[in-house]
Amino acid sequence: MTRYLFRRTLSLALSLLAASLVIFLAIEIVPGDPASYMLGLNASPETVAALRDQLGLNAAPPARYLSWVGGMMRGDFGISYTYRVPVADLVAQRLQVSLPLALFALALSALVAFPAGLLAAARRGRATDTAIMGATQLGIALPNFWFAMLLVLVFALHWRIFPAGGFPGWDGGIGAGLAALTLPAIALALPQAAILARVLRSALIETEGQDYIRTARAKGLTRTQTLIRHALRNAMIPVLTILGMQFSFLLAGAIIIENVFYLPGLGRLIFQAITQRDLIVVESVVMILVFAVILVTFLVDLAYALVDPRLRRRA
Amino acid sequence: MTLLAVRDLSLRIGPTPILSDVTFDIATGEVFGLVGESGSGKSMTALALMGLLPGTARTEGQAHFGDIDLLAQDDAAMTRLRGRDVGMIFQEPMTALNPMKTIGDQVAETLLIHRAASRADARRVAREKLERVGLPPDRFPLSLYPHELSGGQRQRVAIAMAIALRPRLLIADEPTTALDVTTQAQILDLLQGLVRDEGLALLLITHDLAVVAGMARHVAVMQHGRIVETGPVERIFRAPGKDYTRQLLAASDHRPARKPQMPTSNPQALLSVDNAVREYVLPRPSAFAAHPRLRAVDGVSLAIRPGESLGLVGESGCGKSTLTRAILGLDALQGGTIRLGGAPVIAGRSMSPTLRARVQAVFQDPYGSFNPRHRVDRLVAEPFHLIGLPPDAEDRIAAALEEVGLSAADRHKYIHEFSGGQRQRIAIARALIIRPDLIVLDEAVSALDVRVRAQVLDLLARLQESHGLAYLFISHDLSVVRAVTDRVLVMQSGRIVEAGETARVFASPEHPYTRRLIAAAPTIPDAWKEHAHAD
Repeated sequence: MTRYLFRRTLSLALSLLAASLVIFLAIEIVPGDPASYMLGLNASPETVAALRDQLGLNAAPPARYLSWVGGMMRGDFGISYTYRVPVADLVAQRLQVSLPLALFALALSALVAFPAGLLAAARRGRATDTAIMGATQLGIALPNFWFAMLLVLVFALHWRIFPAGGFPGWDGGIGAGLAALTLPAIALALPQAAILARVLRSALIETEGQDYIRTARAKGLTRTQTLIRHALRNAMIPVLTILGMQFSFLLAGAIIIENVFYLPGLGRLIFQAITQRDLIVVESVVMILVFAVILVTFLVDLAYALVDPRLRRRA
Repeated sequence: MTLLAVRDLSLRIGPTPILSDVTFDIATGEVFGLVGESGSGKSMTALALMGLLPGTARTEGQAHFGDIDLLAQDDAAMTRLRGRDVGMIFQEPMTALNPMKTIGDQVAETLLIHRAASRADARRVAREKLERVGLPPDRFPLSLYPHELSGGQRQRVAIAMAIALRPRLLIADEPTTALDVTTQAQILDLLQGLVRDEGLALLLITHDLAVVAGMARHVAVMQHGRIVETGPVERIFRAPGKDYTRQLLAASDHRPARKPQMPTSNPQALLSVDNAVREYVLPRPSAFAAHPRLRAVDGVSLAIRPGESLGLVGESGCGKSTLTRAILGLDALQGGTIRLGGAPVIAGRSMSPTLRARVQAVFQDPYGSFNPRHRVDRLVAEPFHLIGLPPDAEDRIAAALEEVGLSAADRHKYIHEFSGGQRQRIAIARALIIRPDLIVLDEAVSALDVRVRAQVLDLLARLQESHGLAYLFISHDLSVVRAVTDRVLVMQSGRIVEAGETARVFASPEHPYTRRLIAAAPTIPDAWKEHAHAD
């Protein structure tokens, strides 16, 4: 287990290093001067020179790379050019929305997908299975912004249970914050739940064909018992993979839903930064997202080992 | 006293009839053998008794077990019976256990699922049963996972699971087919001990007549979903009443007619392996320890003369496959040399195709060793890439197919249109087409039914004589090696522990390991055979 952990950690560090190099090269080394790009066509040469100086662009690329990475390690992500505040603060603020939203959506997705996938697998080929599979097909096909608008119409405008948009912050209490995130989380969770349920169903069905399931039946387990006691854990590996990918996506990919509900999340931050040519924010936020994705992958790898004893061999 | 009385059991899956009028009796505490070739319906009979058939299956007839009819029970009733009154073990121990659960939990589950014990009691019983099947808790704690055990040990766990609630009937479906011969002997011993000590009856399903001869009191012979013949084992073996049984018995120790090659006839070696060494690096036991090494082939030397049949026997993991790969020039050695007709065999591109063309191979799995998307002519012509496509390729493909007993027209078919035995003939045609000097037969007849195996062995003997081929015959099956080789090498832990003329080695083995192997191989008593052959 120690060795597994050590190797995963090493691969995590190496991936981060590689990612930081690619991002740095893409933004700073490719032709075109970041400073004049950020200022637009009409900027005077003096302003450009001043910005170049402020951004430290006059130093050699290796030195710039080291100072950028070194800064990030200390938690210094630079100062946003458009907002004039430290990028770290901006990101921290946005994460207060994006992280709970992603977790909320993920929890909802799992909550729906596990019973649906199990039920469909247990009733394979029967009406329940067909109904669940039909519903998941619909869940994948529906654009989530359309579903989001539907949710707003029904739950915010008609019944007035949840707010239609905006985010009051966590200062006003957890209840108000969660209420603001509920509809967006449902809209985000729907397609994810549909995919997850299908993956779980097919993983379960594949596992059910294994010899050890037949052994379990020969011991006197019912089909449902074999499904829950033997098949479920063996079917978890693909499910964990999908869950990890979904979390990474939810963290930054919720931009359309954030726009529908006027939520100040990470997705909107990066979108605005790109349209405003704020390369400092872009560079740092992308790096943070990469870090999040790699960290999630790392956690998923650890979860594999928790599920599957063969991956934590003591040698 | 009759424990199980099966009467007129018929089974259809969809429109296809699988079993017809299967009738037999198993007495309390006896071993009952059910033998037949693959597809004869042995396993289906067992699954029907267990109520584990696929959903589309329809059964008729009765199976009286005590005062209940197993075939008339609904699934809930069968669930209560399974594991409690009837236990079952299967062929493939490597996949029969859940890889995610400890062996203790899996044995205890049998008790827990039937609410036969509290959690603590179930673990205590699990410990006892594992000890009973030869896995004492000091060396095999309950917390082990299946992947930490060998195939034989896993089969012991499966047996412990099946007997945890002391069922009256244990169904064992090819329980030792996937195991080495010495492990097979141990597992059969264990099963026999359980029958004796626990008073359970054993329905032993196998394709191996020798296993039945050593174990069972009564036997039923199955073919095409019917019972051809049933009765006491000795009577059936001594005086089979039906042609099919006679054919099976004859095929099971079939010896092809072949002229033995005398050692003096041709002293020049075709293939010589000199002091071959191949090591594998294993994962580190801890973060800072050195990599341990496994010497899979440890200083092996051997020679094959033209036209000779050399056998190589040994159990799984002894290094047979590693050595074979080196001889075929697929894997590099770390020490020693392999020469083919005087030229060195080296893995990789530096070995010339014409040299490679002198050795061909036939492998075990007749299903996995062909690309299913190619037609037979393309499959058989594959070795031509070594020597270039000759102008008469078409004729040679046709000739090769006819030589192995197929027709020239078969070359337009795809591989799924052939049976296992036919596929193995196609594999031989593929090896033969470029006229090699040596064919490596790696468990080439192990997956075949006895009658088909006898035919393929005859074919091999005939081809050897007409083409002057040399064979390296690698097998775990001692009886086959004994029947078709001139000399034999016995391999253990990467070394050749005994070498000599086949007849001599089998008659008076010198090395203790050889003796153990020969003793462990199940045989039909000679006294029974004479009568059968006199027929």
